[in-house]
This record gives sequence, structure tokens and C-alpha cells, in this order.
Amino acid sequence: MAATALREQLNGLVNSMFAEGLLDQQFQQLQMLQDGSTPGFVAEVVTLFCEDSERILTELTKLMDQALVDYSKVDAYVHQLKGSSSSVGAQNVKLACIQFRQFCEENNKEGCVRALNVVKHEYYRLRSKFETMLQLESRIQAYENKQQN
Amino acid sequence: MAEMVAGDRRWWLYRKAMVVLWVSASVGIWVGLHWYIRRVSMRKAEESLVSMCEERARMLQDQFAVSVNHVHALAILVSTFHYQKHPPALDQETFADYTARTAFERPLLSGVAYAQRVVHSERELFESQQGWMIKTMKREPSPVQDEYAPVIYSQETISYIEALDMMSGEEDRENILRARATGKAVLTSPFRLLGSNHLGVVLTFPVYRSGLPADAMVEERVEATAGYLGGAFDVESLVENLLRQLAGNQDIMVNVYDVTNASEPLVMYGSQFPDGYMSFSHVSMLDFGDPFRRHQMECRYSNKPPIPLSAITTPSGVFVICMLAGYILYAAWNRYDNVKEDCRKMEELKKQAEAADVAKSQFLATVSHEIRTPMNGVLGMLDMLLDTNLNLTQKDYAQTAQVCGKALISLINEVLDRAKIEAGKLEIESVPFDLRSILDDVISLFSAKSREKGIELAVYVSDRVPEILMGDPGRFRQIITNLVGNSVKFTERGHIFVQVHLAEHSNTITEAKVETGLNGHSGEAKIISTGTAFDTLSGLEAADCRNSWENFKMVLSHEQTLPTSSGMPNDNYADKVTLMVTVEDTGIGIPFHAQNRVFTPFMQADSSTSRNYGGTGIGLSISKCLVELMGGQINFVSRPHVGSTFTFTAVLQRCDKSAGSDAKRALSEVLPTCFGGTRAILVDRRPVRGAVTRYHLQRLGISVECVSTINEVPNAIQGQNGCLRSGTHSKQPCILLIEHDSWDTKADVCLCNQLIQWKENGRIIEIPKVVLLVTSESDKTKAGSDVDIVIMKPLRASTVAACFQQVLGIGKQQTRDRPKGSASLSGLLDGKNILVVDDNKVNLRVAAGVLKKYGANVECAESGKDALSLLQLPHKFDACFMDVQMPEMDGFEATRQIRLMESKATEKNRIGPAPEEGSLKTAWHLPILAMTADVIQATYEECLKCGMDGYVSKPFEEAQLYQAVAEFLVSDS
Repeated sequence: MAATALREQLNGLVNSMFAEGLLDQQFQQLQMLQDGSTPGFVAEVVTLFCEDSERILTELTKLMDQALVDYSKVDAYVHQLKGSSSSVGAQNVKLACIQFRQFCEENNKEGCVRALNVVKHEYYRLRSKFETMLQLESRIQAYENKQQN
Repeated sequence: MAEMVAGDRRWWLYRKAMVVLWVSASVGIWVGLHWYIRRVSMRKAEESLVSMCEERARMLQDQFAVSVNHVHALAILVSTFHYQKHPPALDQETFADYTARTAFERPLLSGVAYAQRVVHSERELFESQQGWMIKTMKREPSPVQDEYAPVIYSQETISYIEALDMMSGEEDRENILRARATGKAVLTSPFRLLGSNHLGVVLTFPVYRSGLPADAMVEERVEATAGYLGGAFDVESLVENLLRQLAGNQDIMVNVYDVTNASEPLVMYGSQFPDGYMSFSHVSMLDFGDPFRRHQMECRYSNKPPIPLSAITTPSGVFVICMLAGYILYAAWNRYDNVKEDCRKMEELKKQAEAADVAKSQFLATVSHEIRTPMNGVLGMLDMLLDTNLNLTQKDYAQTAQVCGKALISLINEVLDRAKIEAGKLEIESVPFDLRSILDDVISLFSAKSREKGIELAVYVSDRVPEILMGDPGRFRQIITNLVGNSVKFTERGHIFVQVHLAEHSNTITEAKVETGLNGHSGEAKIISTGTAFDTLSGLEAADCRNSWENFKMVLSHEQTLPTSSGMPNDNYADKVTLMVTVEDTGIGIPFHAQNRVFTPFMQADSSTSRNYGGTGIGLSISKCLVELMGGQINFVSRPHVGSTFTFTAVLQRCDKSAGSDAKRALSEVLPTCFGGTRAILVDRRPVRGAVTRYHLQRLGISVECVSTINEVPNAIQGQNGCLRSGTHSKQPCILLIEHDSWDTKADVCLCNQLIQWKENGRIIEIPKVVLLVTSESDKTKAGSDVDIVIMKPLRASTVAACFQQVLGIGKQQTRDRPKGSASLSGLLDGKNILVVDDNKVNLRVAAGVLKKYGANVECAESGKDALSLLQLPHKFDACFMDVQMPEMDGFEATRQIRLMESKATEKNRIGPAPEEGSLKTAWHLPILAMTADVIQATYEECLKCGMDGYVSKPFEEAQLYQAVAEFLVSDS
């Protein structure tokens, strides 16, 4: 019973994330990809995404701290982040990245800094939710395993 | 600048020189003309002088000759009567008497006298006969001489010379000698006459004794000479008389000279020192009958002939004309210069103005853009702020700020659009899109507002409009959103109705309608205006009566009669489709005085409009521009307090049939197809609204029967059931749709009871589901327990579908069936070896996950180089998905290298004898698909250029993935 409650909790969380626009359909696709043969696919992808994003964000922060910003590098990183976020379905992060790239094209430092903040904000918001989500998932997994045993 | 000044200066000098030249030329003309005229007048004066002179000379000569003849006659008289008569018949008395009486014949001679020749031997005898002594001129007794010529007879006027010896005067003697030698009249040189002291000459004529032959010798003549007749010519008075008789004598000075001695001419008439106008004179020769003496007459003007007036006036006139002409030329030239200069200035100003216009647009664009950028920041921050913990007031403030910011952003976007259009930077793209789903989107956008106001908002797209069109969906949506937004803003009751038809179709219908209107019932307009309820969507009157039910019905029926025409003929001949979109509302309308500036930017009907309704009024002008860019026109019909109808046309392109069907899957919202064969009965008193509902249901594949009142429902159901019973079909779900205004609780209770009864009787298998259609929230409460579901208008095919799925309970399993595409994808990809190349781990993992799900064996590579090493020939991969943007070696470059490798291998295969592996392909070609996030034409072209076979969007979309993969991978099954 606890598993179903947890599952409901998880569904509610995911639904709220959809509702807030944190996630889009792509995430649904990911969920559909996860089945018996590939348990934990979503978790894997999400973890990968988080690692990747954090790396990129630190890089970006470093780049933006420099007096002379190398916009082409910044752009490359943002592009990467945009790619991975769209793959995961992190809608808000993706949109923020698009904005970021626009500023990047204009070589607008102020805008870039602001956009980076927005990206970070969105990302951290998403990450906290993802973390809860992953925790819930792992607990469900644990329960299920227990039941099987 | 300096150059210009120098140029100006030169020009000024040049002009001055021209003026001086012109004036001097004119003066020259004046002088020349004057001189010429004077010359002409001089010549004329000279000619007249010559003729006058000649005339005078002839007259003088003639008169003189007449006098001489008279003297001759006298001589003959003397010879006849004095010498041939014995005794002589003549004496002094007779002679004096005769000469006095004939003096009138000799006006020029002061008097005549006869002197007899007396030889010295005869002197004594003669003196005694006469009784006087011969005296000399000095009145002394004559000295002894060879011969004498004493005057014996004399006219009384000169009687004082009687007895004077003429031979004693030098002149007279000479005269006498010459006269008797020649036998002709001879003249003396001029001298002062004794009596009058006038200048005169003495004429002497010889008198011979008779019998002298005409050709007598000089000696004979001398011998025969009897005496001499003489007379004094008063030349001065002669000439004076003569001149007095002639006209113009005052003007002319006449001198008569004796020029026998050419070196010293003797004056016979006129002053010794000639005066008067000396510069020209004329000399005429005079012949007075004396061959020895020569005379001449010299004439000249007494005064210088006056300069004729014309010699002044004519050149002056010409001069004035020249000056005027010069001035005119100068003025014209000046004017030409001025105009040219003005033109140049205008040209410059025009350029400036144009530049300013461009600059303005650019400025506007830049500024708008610059405002947008920080505004986005503001909005983003507000978003973030709203996510934090705020109390209610703070939240309210933040939300208000956000709403305002959004409004500002949309305004700026509009201004930017406008500026872009003006700067000519806006381009209309041409991509395939689904018109119906765009309209659905627009309608949903306004659904909240329309529900709030209780307005009927509906869309109808003609069946003949192709599903997929090529055009600019964004701009199309913008126009419609704008028009519908306006309508929603200004409409408080009634309806807003968006219709899309093919323009040519719609036109033919309206024309036909006008004709029938003329022939059939001419009072059509009257009917419309007097009728209390109108055949429109909501029953309210619309501004453009063309959209009333009568017309709409005709359009519909026309469509039905020509069902094939939507497909075949049009597709064949034209790839352009002209759509006619009508947005009709029953709002406040546009006042007549404002109607002509509706499309002017920032113009609203009046200032109160913007106060009451907000907005800037820029939207319509942008819409106009956009419509014009799409090759269409926009116009409207509006009646205050009745409503407005905006109509625009747009030229779009038909999509390729093949491409269209593919694109359709990607572009249009997928409508479930599970309702095929479902039947519905619609209760609606308003045919137009019914048609709209039918249109939406038909898109879902539901066949609709429309009845006008709820009482007709049972019949309709029975009719259907009859059909059903005769056919062996299994039970078909049936839906009963009822418009809210046809719904009233009494009737439906009746209906429900009847339906239940029927079911019990077995007349119908299943009670139809009852669906109530409402336009506003308040109507929802009407729904009683008999209603299965309430659908809020505006209708949208997808929402209707969702509701029906819920009601009928058929949706679920149908959607479960949906992964048909994925099934076929699995078929394609199952067991295939696929290489996925992407530097982004997340993307890589996701892509791999998707492909694995369809049964493919996936290998991953994180860079182009890795991929190349994995793809060394021979390899086992059936396909490769390649990210385009990668560091070090991007997808294009990697593909190029792979293709190079392949072509080398192929070349080798061809040369080397390697037929042992028959199964091996002779030409290597690995399908490479690009993975890209921005699916635009340029990227696609680049993909093809570097040897890729296609592209898939990232993240994968099933349909598109299938489409891309299906071309290259052959299903194993």
C-alpha cells in the first residue's frame, strides 16, 4: 500500500512539474521509454543531465566572470545545455537557454549574466524537484523489491 | 564650399561679361542702324540736290536761249528795216518804241541797243549825218581809231549809252570782234552792270548786210558786217527770278560761274565766298550758246540736311527690343537656374527625408529591441519573484507588474513589426502549415474572454480549403489573432464568427446571390432589416449581410454539389490558393467618420475608445501590411451599434500532395480517428451555428443530422434506428447535441422519458448520450441530471473529441492503439545496428534509449573522431545518427570524411578483383541522418551538401523519425 501511496505522490509531483512548465512532453516520452527492460532509465538520464548541467553551469560561471567574455565558448556551452535540457524535457531551462543564446549573439554581457542567473534558477528549481522525484522512485523500487522478496 | 564660392564667382563674372557683351552689341546695332539710315537719307538728299540743280540749270539755259533768240530776231529786224530799205525805215524812235513794247519777251535783258559799224574814213560823214560826235565809254570824244561802233538806236532803259563807241570798252570790243567773226551771239565775262550794279553779261549779235552766205569766210563776214546788236543780261536777277519760281529755293544755294578760264572762275551769281553746307554740292554745265565761253552752275544745301527722326527712333526701338529680349533671356536663364537649383535642393531634401524615414524605422526597430531586452529581464525576474514566498498583497503587485510588462512587450513587438515592415525587413516565409489547427489555436486563445462575456465565438473553414497550405503561419495567426482580438474587445453580446473560404468560390457565390436577389425578391435587404431575429450565428444583426444564413447555405450547398472540385481540378491547374477570411462581430462597430482611417497606425475611432478599451490601434495597420505582404487585401464593412465585418484575402501556396500528407502528420494537431461512423443529432435553431458545429464534428468523422427543435429529435433517432435495423451493423454510439437555447427542462424530461421507454421497448439499443453546448459559465447551471456532459464553446475539435471520448468511453482503448507508428518503427529498427554520435551525453543517452526501445542495437560515440574510428570499413552499422554541432569535428565534417572513405573503398573494390564476397555491397553508402534542434531549410540544405541523407529533429519525434528512417532502412519483415 505504501508503494501505491508513494507512486501517487510521485505522479502528483510529476504532474505539478508539468503544470508549472518545468517539464514538457519530451519527459513523457522518456517515461514511456522506461519499461521492464530498462528500469531506471529516467533516473539515469536525469542524473546524467544533472551532472552535465552542473559542469556546464560552473564553466559558464567561470567564463562570465572573466573581464573579456569569450562569447563563442559561452554559446557552445549554452547550446550543449540547451540540447541536453530539450532531450530531458526541461522546458524552462531550455527556454532560458534560448534567451541566453540570443544575448550571446548580441554580445550583451549584462543580458548574458542575467540569463545565466535565470538558467541557474530554473535549473536549481528543477534539480530539487528531480531529486525528490528520484528519491521517491528509488523508494518505490525498494518497496517493490522487498515485496518481490 | 570654397569650390562652390569660386564657381559662384566665376559664374557671376561670366554673367556680368554676358550682360556687358549684350549691351555693347545692342549699342553697336544702334550705331550701325543709325549710320545706315543717315547714309540712306544723305544719298536721297544728294540725289534730290542733283535733280534740283539740273532742273535749275536747264531752266536757266532755256530762258537764256529764248532771250538770245529774241535778240537774234531783233538783229534781223535791224538788218531788214535799216539796211535793206532806202532810206532806212528805222530810226531811234521806232527802235525804242518797238523794243520797249517787246521788252516782255526779253525779261532777262535790261535793254538792247544797236551800234553801227563806222570805219574811220566814214566817221566824218557819219558824225555829220547823226549830228553828234562819237564818244568813248568814258563819255569823251573818241580818239581816232580804225573803226568805231557807236550806238545809234537804243531801248529807252539804256538810252544813256547812245552815241557811245562800243569799241572803246575792252570787253565790248572783244565781244564785237568775236561776234562778227563767228556770226553768233557772244557773251562777255560777267561784270557789274552800269545801272543796277548787278552782275551781268553783255550779249552781242552781229548784223550783216544782206546776201551773206551761211558758210561765209571770216573775212567775208567782217566785210559784210553792218553793225552790232547788244544787250546786257542781268544774270543775278535772272537767276533770282528763276529760283523764286521754284520750290525749295530757300534750302538750296546756287552759284553760277563763268569758267572760260578754268583756273579762276568768275562769279556770275551768288556770293564770292560760297557758304552753306559745303560737304556736298553739284555742278551742272550751262550752255548759253556762246561756244567760246563756258559756264557752270554749282548747287549746295544752304543748311546741313537734318538728321531724319527715323535715324534715331528706329535704332532706339531696336535697341529697346534688344534690351528687352536680353532681359527676357536673362530672366528665363535666371529662372531656369533657380528652378534647377530648387530642384536640386528638393532632390537633396527628398534624399534626406528618405534617409530620415529609414533612420526612423531603424531607430524604432533598435529602440524597440533594446527595450525588449531589459523588459524580458524584468519579466523573468518578476516570474522568479512570483515563485518566492509572497504575501497576498505582494503577489498581487507582482502579478500586476507582470501583466503590465507583458502588455508592454506585446506593444513593443507590434511597434517592432511595424518598423520592420516599414524598413522592408519583414519577410514572409513559406512553410507548410495547417490552417485549421491555427484557427483552433486562435479561438482557444480567446475562449476565456468569450465565455466570460457570453459571446458565441466560432470558426468555420470551408471543406475546399486544402488541409496543408504553404505560407507564413506565424503571420497568418497574427492577423487573425489581431482581428479576433479586436472583435472580442469591442463586442459585448452576440457573436464573433471567423470563416475561411476560397476567394474565387466565395465570389462566385456572392455574385450568384446578388443575381437571384435581383430577380427573385428584391426586398431582401428589407426583410433582413425588419426581421427581429437575424439568420446569423447568434441571431443578432451583422454589418455585412452577406454572411447571413441564406448566403452561407448557398456556399455550403455549392460545396456539396462540387465535392470533387476540392480535390482534382484545382490541384491540377493552380498551385496558388487565394483564401478569403472573414471575421464578423456584433460589436459596437466603427463610427462612419473614423472608418477611413482605421488602417492608419495609432488611430482609433476616437480618443475615448482607447480610454474605454485600451490598445494602441497599431494592430490593424500591421495586419494590413501583413495582408499586403501576403498578396492580399483587407477591407471591412461596419455599422455603428450593429457590428463590423473584416474581410481579407491572402495568397498561399498549395502544398505538394506527397509532401502534404507527410507534413500533415507533423504539423497538424492529431485528431483522434476513433469516431469514424459515429452519428450525432444536433438540436439547433440557428442554421449557421448548426453548420459550424457540424463542421467541427465532421472533422472528427462524426456524421451529423441537424434538427431545429428538440421535438424533432425522436423522429430523427427513429429514422436513424430504422436505418440501423435494416443494416446488420452492430450498435453505433449515438450522440445528441443540444444548444443551450433549445434546452429547457420540460422538453428534455419528456425526451428522456421517451428515450428510456424506447430502450425498454427495444426500439433503440442504447440511449444516446446527451451533450449540452453552452457559451457562458452561467449556462452550465442549466444542465440537469439528464445531461451527460456540458461542452463550453468555442468549439474546438480536439476538446470536443476529448469530451466525447470521456462520455462514450471509447477514447481510451483507441489511444492505446495509437503506437501504430511505433510499431512500424519497431519493424524498421528491430535488430538494426545503429551508431549515434553526439557530444552531449544526455542527448546521447536519450537518443540511444529511444532507438533501443524500437529494438535497435545502439552504439554510441561522443565525437566525430570516435565515430570515424568506429566506421572504419567494413563495419556493421546500418545507419548513423549524427549530431551536427560538435566540438573539434562537427557532424558535417565527419560525414564528409566518412563519404570520402566510402568512395575510396568503392574505388578499390572496382579495381581490385574482389568478387568473392558477393553479398558485400559494391558501393558503400551508410545512411547518415543529421540530428539537429533547429530544423530550418538552410541546415537541411547543408546536410544534403555534405553527403547526409536526411535529418531528424532533436529530441526525436516519432512521426518524423519514422518518416526519415523509412526512406533508408528496409523492414526485415
